[in-house]
Amino acid sequence: MATSTPDRPAPAPKINRIGLAVLDYRGGKTTLCAGCGHNAISERIIDAMYEMGVPPERVIKPSGIGCSSKSPAYFMGRSHSFNAVHGRMPSVATGAVLANRHLIALGVSGDGDTASIGVGQFIHLMRRNLPIIYIIEDNGVYGLTKGQFSATADMGSTLKTGVINDLPPIDTCAMAITLGATFVGRSFSGDKKQLHAMMKAAIAHNGTVMLDVVSPCVTFNDHEGSTKSYKYMKDHDEPLQEVSFVPAFEDIAIDYDPGTTIDVTMHDGSHLRLRKLEEDFDPTNRIQAITRLNEAHEKGEVLTGVFYVNSKAPTFVDLLNMTEEPLATLPESAVRPGREVLEQVMEELR
Amino acid sequence: MATTDVGLREGSSQAGQKPVVNNMSIQVATVNGSGSQSSNTVLLRSIFQMGVPVSGKNLFPSNIAGLPTWYTIRANKDGYIARKKEIDFVVAMNPETAEEDVMSVAPGAAVLYDEPLNLSRLRSDLVFYAVPYDKLVAPVCPEAKVRKLVKNMIYVGVVAKLLEIDVAEVEKAIRKQFAKKVKAANLNLAAVKAGYDYAAANLVKRDPYFIQRMDKTAGKIIIDGNSAAALGCMFAGATMVAWYPITPSSSLPESMIDYMKRFRIRADGKATFAIVQAEDELAAIGMVVGAGWAGARAMTATAGPGISLMAEFAGLAYYAEVPGVIWDIQRVGPSTGLPTRTSQGDILSTAFLSHGDTKHILLLPCSAEECFSMASEAFDLAEQFQTLVFVMSDLDLGMNNWMADPFKYPEKPISRGKVLSKADLDRLGGFARYEDVDGDGVGYRTLPGTDHPAAAYFARGSGHNEKAQYSERPDDFERNMERLNRKFETARSFVPRPEVDTGKSKIGIIGYGTSHWGLIEARDQLRQEYNIETDYLRLRAYPFTREVHDFVKQHDRVYVVEQNRDAQMLTLLKMDLEAALHTRLRSIAHIHGLPLDARSVTDELMTMEGK
Ligand SMILES: Cc1ncc(C[n+]2csc(CCOP(=O)(O)OP(=O)(O)O)c2C)c(N)n1
Ligand code: SF4
Ligand SMILES: [Mg+2]
Repeated sequence: MATSTPDRPAPAPKINRIGLAVLDYRGGKTTLCAGCGHNAISERIIDAMYEMGVPPERVIKPSGIGCSSKSPAYFMGRSHSFNAVHGRMPSVATGAVLANRHLIALGVSGDGDTASIGVGQFIHLMRRNLPIIYIIEDNGVYGLTKGQFSATADMGSTLKTGVINDLPPIDTCAMAITLGATFVGRSFSGDKKQLHAMMKAAIAHNGTVMLDVVSPCVTFNDHEGSTKSYKYMKDHDEPLQEVSFVPAFEDIAIDYDPGTTIDVTMHDGSHLRLRKLEEDFDPTNRIQAITRLNEAHEKGEVLTGVFYVNSKAPTFVDLLNMTEEPLATLPESAVRPGREVLEQVMEELR
Repeated sequence: MATTDVGLREGSSQAGQKPVVNNMSIQVATVNGSGSQSSNTVLLRSIFQMGVPVSGKNLFPSNIAGLPTWYTIRANKDGYIARKKEIDFVVAMNPETAEEDVMSVAPGAAVLYDEPLNLSRLRSDLVFYAVPYDKLVAPVCPEAKVRKLVKNMIYVGVVAKLLEIDVAEVEKAIRKQFAKKVKAANLNLAAVKAGYDYAAANLVKRDPYFIQRMDKTAGKIIIDGNSAAALGCMFAGATMVAWYPITPSSSLPESMIDYMKRFRIRADGKATFAIVQAEDELAAIGMVVGAGWAGARAMTATAGPGISLMAEFAGLAYYAEVPGVIWDIQRVGPSTGLPTRTSQGDILSTAFLSHGDTKHILLLPCSAEECFSMASEAFDLAEQFQTLVFVMSDLDLGMNNWMADPFKYPEKPISRGKVLSKADLDRLGGFARYEDVDGDGVGYRTLPGTDHPAAAYFARGSGHNEKAQYSERPDDFERNMERLNRKFETARSFVPRPEVDTGKSKIGIIGYGTSHWGLIEARDQLRQEYNIETDYLRLRAYPFTREVHDFVKQHDRVYVVEQNRDAQMLTLLKMDLEAALHTRLRSIAHIHGLPLDARSVTDELMTMEGK
């Protein structure tokens, strides 16, 4: 006995403010290609949800069809998922959020899923300002059907086969801002720090968050000549700001210089801090945001950062004036009017 | 006109002519958008209030204003309310169609026309009444702008006088029609009186048609099928409605908006529902699927073109097992077809809507009462079987006015199906979403938001195993598809059973939906005119229940009557019935877009019987 080493308490597992470990936010093992940008985005979602202390049971993960739309299987296994049909995730998400207004919707789509087959539903989702985080995992191609161009591919970008894209790209961010989304930004799956901060701010926002995340497809669109490759992004990524996020619950006052940093107070009291890398870019100014995005296209830059935030606009849930209690679980007494109502209506029809 | 329908009446106006009491079809020919709808409704209601069974059918163009519209009111003491082929009384208000309207009726019919049209020159075998509408309308309606609308009310007065409809009933109908708009009611009433007085002073009754008080409508209501469905859905506890406008379904959600705003807003001003006008039918069904998955009682209403668009989602709902209710108010296809005419043409495409082995529960309402009651049944079945339920109404039922018994309050508590709560999960530890625990093919589901670490599952349209995990294994796929089939088989004993009248004949008739009204009358015609007895089965749902098989077995010949070209229900029956029975089925199909009338069925059945 004398030789035995004294028991040492095992290090306490790291837990977040609701007592969960990061493991509780993990999902199944990915079946996407090694190095696929989509995997990195899944990791950022896990980290952000963990750090923000979001109860996984309150999260839903609707998605469309594509490699990107498969990814919800690979994070947050304790959250309900709905891998729906191609391009129609917005309607499924809308229905689910209206059925239960307390759900936190994290929708995952691809550039094909959003900008081609699903562009109609995408547009109308943005108009409604439904509370949802809508992520486009944007690789400029259809990964799952083996590498055809998508509608976000830049003009002049080439496929592996040498085919050149000769149609202009759809800028989903400019579109989202024009249509009414209230938190719009672009990031890059390879920019861990920026995406991480933006994801946390997205969770804090109440309304439609539209994040276009450039996410290289290592199998079909990561070659020389592609404008959605890791290398191209490293060379052309033009961050508008240095994004950081101070959650409301952290209650620590971090000093910032109002001259160089914009502070946006979010719906839940947290702070989005944007250290300006460009002189007078104001992310609460829609017109400016759209103009700046158009400029970026002309200059051939891939602008990233938070382009537009409006934390005061009413959401679709506000507009519908629904009961606090989810429609899904209202008891019969709340949803079936009494006999006297039927009698009254019958009398009117006599 | 069957002579048996003619009753004797005192004071008949023309020597030797027997009065025809409470048995006629009045057709009002007007121009779309001329406001004739109010006048027609008032006339219909007046007859209804006299206690005489009525139906009103609007034959309208796909147009907002300017094209011809016909409204047919049938009054029938025996309660026949199907469309009647023959018109007895024409109100010719539309100069464009007046000549054709007059030329198409049978000898002996009465025609009421606008004097300048000078229609009496056209035929000598009809009874003509000329009315100078413009002269009559000017004094009662000083405001020139609304004269066009008020003019229509004048014919109501003239008709009331000629048919001897009590003016007090007309007044009551007007007060109801214009409810709180007292000024409008008074104006219209003045127009009715002007017409009535004119007829009294200037027209000599020469037609045999009369309305006489009866007591066959006491306690009944008048309502269109779409409003009945809307009410039904409200009482069924619908919480989420997503829709996209399309004739003839739009009035269903629109009427739902009205009712829900009146009766489903809580005392604190909060709504117990969400109604969303979606961007198209794809989005409408997508929202229904999302909401149904998350636990709402979700629904949409559409017509053929919308059904076609919903195909992919219908397959997803079938395979991922998501409840939802879809009202298909059928109109004439293919394609845009005749958007304002009625049909039963979506049966096959809806039963199997989507690719792969997909099949759906269909409910088949024939009346306003069933539009109401089947709403609750549809939601209960959808949640019980975690699948879409399609309610196959049609334009005739949905948009026309029907007499109905007051709706019965749903006595059955709302059934939400197999849903596991947090407490259930605490007890069970976990669950497998698609496991057939009870042997009925129906698994247990959880709703998103259930606060338990084992509550979540992954809903998907791709291949999956019992635990809802992605799987491409042949055995997983087969097992799942067989379980889905088992579930459909279970549903067979839970769907509404058919209405059967059998044991009298070797000839059977199978019908469904609005064909019912023509069919009951045709059966009487066959009995009375040809001495042929028939048995009858009215389908109320797909999958077919035991009774359907038995009925075909019991009969030598079974006529399947439907309003489509390709005998769609007959085809569906063949898939279900043993092969030996197939040859017993014969099709009587109608595709002209007008509601089915009895005479056409009687004639065709007699021809097919070789008589
Ligand atoms: C209605 C329909 N049409 C076509 C397809 C085939 N399809 C599957 S994924 C996909 C494209 C996906 O591209 P994207 O959204 O960019 O996702 P990625 O795979 O690149 O992540 C297509 C066309 C389908 N599943 N459904
Ligand atoms: S094909 Fe492309 S998008 Fe799909 S998993 Fe592989 S790398 Fe990712
Ligand atoms: Mg893609």
